[in-house]
Amino acid sequence: MIDSSLKDIAAALRDRKVSAVELATESLARIDAGNARINAFVTVDHDGALTAARAADARLAAGNGGPLTGIPLAHKDVFCTEGVLTTCGSKMLSNFVSPYDAHVVSLLKAAGTVMVGKANMDEFAMGSSNENSHFGPTRNPWNTDKVPGGSSGGSAAAVAARMVPIATGTDTGGSIRQPAALCGITGIKPTYGRVSRYGMIAYASSLDQGGAFGCSAEDCAVLLSAMAGHDPRDSTSLEQGPEDFARECTQVGAQPLAGLRIGLPKEFFAEGMSDDVRAAVEAAIAEYRKLGATTVEVSLPNARLAIPAYYVIAPAEASSNLSRFDGVRYGHRAAEYGDLNDMYCKSRAQGFGGEVKRRILVGTYVLSHGYYDAYYIKAQKLRRLIANDFATAFEQCDVIAGPVSPTVAFGIGEKSDDPVQMYLSDIYTIAVNLAGLPALSHPAGFGAGNLPVGLQLIGNYFGEARLLGTAHQFQLATDWHRQAPAGF
Amino acid sequence: MSLSLDEVRHIAKLARLELAEGDLDATQAKLNGIFGLIEEMQAVNTDGVEPMSHPQDLAQRLREDQVAESDRRAAYQSVAPQTEAGLYLVPKVIE
Repeated sequence: MIDSSLKDIAAALRDRKVSAVELATESLARIDAGNARINAFVTVDHDGALTAARAADARLAAGNGGPLTGIPLAHKDVFCTEGVLTTCGSKMLSNFVSPYDAHVVSLLKAAGTVMVGKANMDEFAMGSSNENSHFGPTRNPWNTDKVPGGSSGGSAAAVAARMVPIATGTDTGGSIRQPAALCGITGIKPTYGRVSRYGMIAYASSLDQGGAFGCSAEDCAVLLSAMAGHDPRDSTSLEQGPEDFARECTQVGAQPLAGLRIGLPKEFFAEGMSDDVRAAVEAAIAEYRKLGATTVEVSLPNARLAIPAYYVIAPAEASSNLSRFDGVRYGHRAAEYGDLNDMYCKSRAQGFGGEVKRRILVGTYVLSHGYYDAYYIKAQKLRRLIANDFATAFEQCDVIAGPVSPTVAFGIGEKSDDPVQMYLSDIYTIAVNLAGLPALSHPAGFGAGNLPVGLQLIGNYFGEARLLGTAHQFQLATDWHRQAPAGF
Repeated sequence: MSLSLDEVRHIAKLARLELAEGDLDATQAKLNGIFGLIEEMQAVNTDGVEPMSHPQDLAQRLREDQVAESDRRAAYQSVAPQTEAGLYLVPKVIE
């Protein structure tokens, strides 16, 4: 049943053909059978899931269920969950049982979802391969020698292995779209400010944004609709009311995308993309033309500066955000230390992994006296130029299409010793975060080694429903999103 | 640009991260790789461009200064490394 669409699962629950307890049991059994191979979960909450499932069943029996009542899901371990270990993939928080729920977690609890566990991730969401987790790398269910992508790699792998139908994630520089692409599922990062950051452990606050994973665009739309909305506890939360992001996921005629203009940024199709990814991306774009869309070349001349600008802004904000981990109020404290300063230095050196320390050091430097204008302000100016490029492109098109990742999933250990090579794998995703735009990744076929390839669709601000509806039309005409890895 | 070993020591001190002398060289090499990437942005002229801190350029919202939270000290201190009588304990700061 977990392989079915959310719509079908919800109908079966409503008609009492399956119970929430049966669904939770099925999800937990799949996790118990497969997690040793892919390490997608840091925590599996058997008792909590069954308790929530019984409550969902009572609610469904009373006729008070919603579209997500009784649906099992995984939360990325970046979201605080009251009474449940919340590690953010770090030794620093390896003993942190959160005393409160993130806004997203409260909303999804209220919707009646059944959390089965907390998904593995790169430490503090810093990484593109999930190899930076203190709890060991998550492995790609399509080939366990390959990475699942990151930083939301555990969430993507859990959905790809059909352990859960949906999962939450966060995307600061591509951390939803890239793992969705590498694991062959669908994932959306909404417009910055749509999803509250309250209780979502901060990495780079001006870029961090929560979002949704599912097997299809329609499933992502249902989940995102329940996650988004204004929250006064997040000062950057947009004052937008509730919205049905699935409203354009309808079935319409043979040319459902007639009139849709898809922009193809020439910079994304220049060198850099591997041949197998290019073939799948171009075939997907041809399919969109068959569905009635037209394509137009657009230009994002400053997109190449997205990576350098990101690696100033994100580490700067991280160095500030992560200063809260001082071994005083929560988190790891060194066993032995001298004075207070020594306690800080030792606790932080022991609690953080290598990549997190590097980004803190880069951020500390670019924010230090005399360098602020040359780095942080310069990067924010580039950010404006990148956002302006997108604004110009959207004068000629409704959505922008391109690759998500330059290659299919790479090998575990292949890039883990070279941070710069790892950073370059986010070349197509980072500009979107700097501009704050919504974007999704959906399966578009397979490349080398029978590994999935994703197609990225980027929308204008608040264009999530259009993006999801567009991907939905593609998914009505194709079955890439129904392919699942064997053995799970 | 590239960072000297002394600069690496200095920023580690500012960041309150203990860095073993034996790890300095490797840390310096990786940081300089990252700064090599970052330097690419200096090639672009950004004179007159307004820095962008938030995609929607929103104004900061304000609220009334009044009590909005209940007292959950015990719950919040339950995850602290060391507390006593409702206080967080740290090494002696003032002699």
